[in-house]
Formats: sequence, structure tokens, C-alpha cells
Amino acid sequence: MEYGLDKRSNALKIFNTTFIIVWLLVACFPFIWTFWGSFKVRADFFSRADWWYAITAFNTLLETGGKFTTDAYSQAWTEGEFWKASRNTVIVTFFVVTISLFLGTLGAYALSRSTRNYAFWILIAALIFRAMPHITLVSGYLFPFFQLQIWGILPTTIVVLVAINQPFTLWLLYSFFKTVPKELDESALIDGCSYFQAFRHIIMPVMWPGVITAGLFSLMLAYNDFTVTALLLNQENHTMVPKIQSYLGTNQHEGNLMWAVSAVVSATAPLFMLVMFFQRQVISGLTAGAVKG
Amino acid sequence: MGIKSPLITLMPNKTFFWFFLPTGLAMILFIGLPIISTGIQSFYAQHDQVVKEVKKCDPFGCTVSIVVDQEKTSKIREEKPLGKFNGFGTYVDRNHLAIEEIGKFWNETNSFGEFVDQVTNLPFYKALIFTLTYCLFVTPNVLLLGFIIALSLNAVTRRIRGPLIFGTILPMIVTPLVGSLVLFWMIDAEGIIGANLQMLMDDPYLSLKSSKTLTWITIIIYGIWHHSPFAFVVFYAALQTVPQEPVEAAIIDGASRWQRVRHIVLPHIYPVVTFVALISLMDNFRVFEPIIGFSAEGSAQSLSWLIYDNLVNEEVILFGSAAATSMMTIVGIAILLAPVLIRTWKEFRTAR
Repeated sequence: MEYGLDKRSNALKIFNTTFIIVWLLVACFPFIWTFWGSFKVRADFFSRADWWYAITAFNTLLETGGKFTTDAYSQAWTEGEFWKASRNTVIVTFFVVTISLFLGTLGAYALSRSTRNYAFWILIAALIFRAMPHITLVSGYLFPFFQLQIWGILPTTIVVLVAINQPFTLWLLYSFFKTVPKELDESALIDGCSYFQAFRHIIMPVMWPGVITAGLFSLMLAYNDFTVTALLLNQENHTMVPKIQSYLGTNQHEGNLMWAVSAVVSATAPLFMLVMFFQRQVISGLTAGAVKG
Repeated sequence: MGIKSPLITLMPNKTFFWFFLPTGLAMILFIGLPIISTGIQSFYAQHDQVVKEVKKCDPFGCTVSIVVDQEKTSKIREEKPLGKFNGFGTYVDRNHLAIEEIGKFWNETNSFGEFVDQVTNLPFYKALIFTLTYCLFVTPNVLLLGFIIALSLNAVTRRIRGPLIFGTILPMIVTPLVGSLVLFWMIDAEGIIGANLQMLMDDPYLSLKSSKTLTWITIIIYGIWHHSPFAFVVFYAALQTVPQEPVEAAIIDGASRWQRVRHIVLPHIYPVVTFVALISLMDNFRVFEPIIGFSAEGSAQSLSWLIYDNLVNEEVILFGSAAATSMMTIVGIAILLAPVLIRTWKEFRTAR
């Protein structure tokens, strides 16, 4: 609220600035610290003797001869097979985003153009589905998937993630489609287009901001998922997040914990860059539907 | 299809059906059916192992020992993979509602405090209490912190807001497992904060794992850290829509900053507050990954964690037990959602 009338006292300004600085430290420092520590050896980042070693790199110097080492990265990506996990993540994320958007835009368009009662009830059902904890759904999948012998493979997980993602995608795209004036498709229908042609050639071209936002959220869901991927994929097909967890399991093994640290940084960096690039869309997506109340 | 009137565009049912079919099918097959599957599984329990008596004789006499008949056991498991029918047996057993145990505690304990103590030691109630405590502390604090951050960022010069917002939303965009790990590595006894706390408190044995209260507080702080950015983003967007005239009028009338927030800003963004509260309550109720990230299974278990634990059980996956907990979690979600659904229904009725 920057109004000419509204003069802030200096005390308030100082308080405000301090608060923001403190909050940003709380929000960002853990990531900066982990990034910094990922280039050290375990004895420094998890030092029993003195946490200051993480900064002076006492043991890193002793063990590797330099102040920074990329050993954790190279070991995790080769020996730890993190390359395989990241390949799987890329496959899963790509297909989940594509299929989600395809199904979601079709469904949300229909919902936004229908004024019948059932459209309302479908949206309510989607809201209820959105509230289901993923682990309860997984407990429903496991048994049938074992019986059908489709457990453990990537396609199953992709389809499941698409379905879990649909309620949110529908709500998000629905609120975007609502902002596209109906006159647009009406005029196309009068000119003799079918509904699908109107959707394809008239509506979709003006829907890109909404589609990008929905795509980003599908991407974050697929990329970040732990519950589904950890329980529905076998060891071989694990994506990045369950892979990180598997590095934690064997704490005894020297180096494995550092694999987890470097894997966390490797997995987080692309996500941060993406969000930096698409920040505007992420925020508009979070607030769509909410602001209108 | 006849002539379409431009005034009444009601999508024909048939068109709607084909447009909605793919997404509808996906949701029915992979959200609707699994819930039904969970419901059915919750009435079955895994087979007991078939035992047989083996007589072993040696020169000093014969002994009878009981061993597991592996062949028969696996045969039964193959024939009836769902397990044996158990009715509501799983729901009331010791690991779930524990009806019998509670009755016993009621009769045996001397004071009410002791009774509560015993009950809250049962796995299901323990998890329920942690889940509710987590929701109860995280949700209001998330609303409060998110609102304060939104107010202060809104007062900053527009030019530098972009990077500040980016920094603010970082905790939200990482997956909970990674977020909790990153914090855990700092708070743990060998991490930067943990080590300094030990020094400050002059207690070399102070660590996250040693204290239940400390673990709970850490996970709750993590929850606030992780969810506040979401509340911030929504509140920040809502603040942009607050009308300026009443605010200016209030300033001229000499209203204090607090009075303006209380009487103009808050009423304006009230619907958004309920939205954030609802979403954050739903998300907090399924808390699970931080428990793994903080390796806090020892002192903090949530309902979702109980289900996970049953599903990754080494010996034989406890489908029935996981399903029963799942069904009760769904009931919990329904209770949380009920007020919202009733309100929406009323609005819908009056809108018609």
C-alpha cells in the first residue's frame, strides 16, 4: 500500500526491513548451506568435532587436497546410479505433464461451458478427490497392481500421477477458461465449427498462460512426488526423490550421506531455475480461483 | 444438431460427455476405484502362517516341535491373495481403534490421567494425536506468518519485490522430503544449528532424537516453514485487490495502521483466508514425509506414516491394516471437509 497519504514512521520502516531480512534468511539459508556443504567431505559437513570445519574445510583439505570437492556428486551420479534416477524423473515428468494437460484442458473446457447441475457436482467431487491423502490411494493401488502384474514399471506410475493430478488441474484450468469470453466460441459455433474445432482453433490459442501455469504445477507434482514413486516403482525404476531416501538408509556406509546431500542439490537446482524463470505463472496459478473467493 | 442460438449456449450432454470422458475415466479408475479397493481390503486380513507338528526322534526320546509349513502357507496365500475375511476385526484390533484394550484400561486404571496415558500409547491414537497436534499448531501459524510476510513485502519498493518473492517461496517448491532433510542436516547434533545449541545450552547430549517434545516442535516448525509461503502468495495476491478509497478515507479520519488492517484489509480478504485455511488443513492432515526426513519415527508418527509403515512391512505387506487406517483417515478428511461442502451446497441452492 504505497499511498501518498500514508507516511510510515521510521521505526516501522526499520522493523519491516529487519523482519523481511530475518524471514529471507530463514527461508533461504538452509538451501545455501546445503549447497555449500555438498562440496565438502562428510567429516566436515557433519562434523562431530566442530561445526566450524564446514567453513574452514579442515577434513576436505586433508582428504582431497582442496577446499572444495565434487567427489560426492561424481560418486552419487555414477556409483549411486543417480543418473538413472534422474533419467526416470525426466521420463515420468514429461509424460505426466503432457497427458495431464491434454486430459485437463478438454475436461476443464467442457466444465466451463456447461451450466448444468452435473458440472457443479463434478467440480465438488474433484475437490473431494483433491483432499484424499495420496498414501490412502496407494494402499488401494498396491494389491490390484500386484495381481495384474503392472507394479513397479514407469507407465503405471505415470498414469497414477496423471489421475492424482487431475482434480487440481481441472480446478485451475476451469478458473482460467471461465475468464475466456463465451462469445469467442459462440461465434465460431455459428460459423459452423464443431465444439472440438472451436476448442482447438479459437480457445486454445488464447489459453497459453493458463496452460503454462497448469503445466508447471503438474511438473512440480510429478517431479516432487515421493509417496507414489517410492511405493509403486521397483528399485530399478526409482525416480530422484525415492533414490535420495534410499541413500539415507545405509548411514553406516561412509560417503552415502554425502551422496544424499549432493543428490538433494542436484534435484533441487533445476526446479529453482525453472521457478525463477516462470515465477509469474506459479503465483498466478496459486491465486487463481482463490482471489475471486 | 439444429440451429444453434447464440443466446443460449448450453453445451449438449453428448459433447460434454466426450470432452470429459478421458479425465473422468482417469479419475474414476485411479481415484474412485482405489478408494473402493481400500474399503474392500480393510475387511480382510493376511493369512496366519500354517503350522505343523514335527516329531523328531533321537536315541534319547522324541520331541514334538511346531514349525511353519512354508508350502501350505504360500499355497493358501496364492489361492486367496486378499487374505481371510475379517469383517470389522481389523478396525477394532489393537493397532487401530483398540476397543477391547480401551475397555480394559478403563477398568484397570485408577485415575483418568493414567487412562488417557495408556490410551495415547496405543499406535492409532498416538498417531491421531500427533496428526491433530500438527494441524492445530501449523495451520494458524501458517496463516499468521503468511499474512505478516505479505503485509511487509507489500510495503517494499516494487522494484525489488521480484527477488524477495522468489526467496520467500523457496521452502514451498521443494518436496517435503528434501525440505525436511535440508533442515534436519542443520538441526541434527552434527549440524550447524544443533552443534551451536549444544554449546549454548551447555548440554553435549542435547539432540533431536533424544527428546520427544523437541522432535514434535521441530516438525511443527518445519511445517510452518514449508507452508507459510503458500499462504503468503495467496494473501499477497489478495492484498493487490484491496480497494484504495476506503483506506485513504480511513487515513484522513485518523485511523491507526492496525485499525486499517483490522477493519478494511481483513474483511476484504476474508474469503481467501478460509480458502488458505482449508487447503492448509487438508495438506497438514496428511503429514508424512517430514517424519521420514527427520527420521523421527521413534517419537512422532502420523496416520499417513502408519499406512506407509504397513505397506513397506518387510515380511508380508499388511494390506488389511493399511486399508483400515486409510478408511479412517478418509473419514477424518470428510469431517474436515463437511463444513465447506455444506456451505458450498447452500450457496449453490441459493444461486439457483
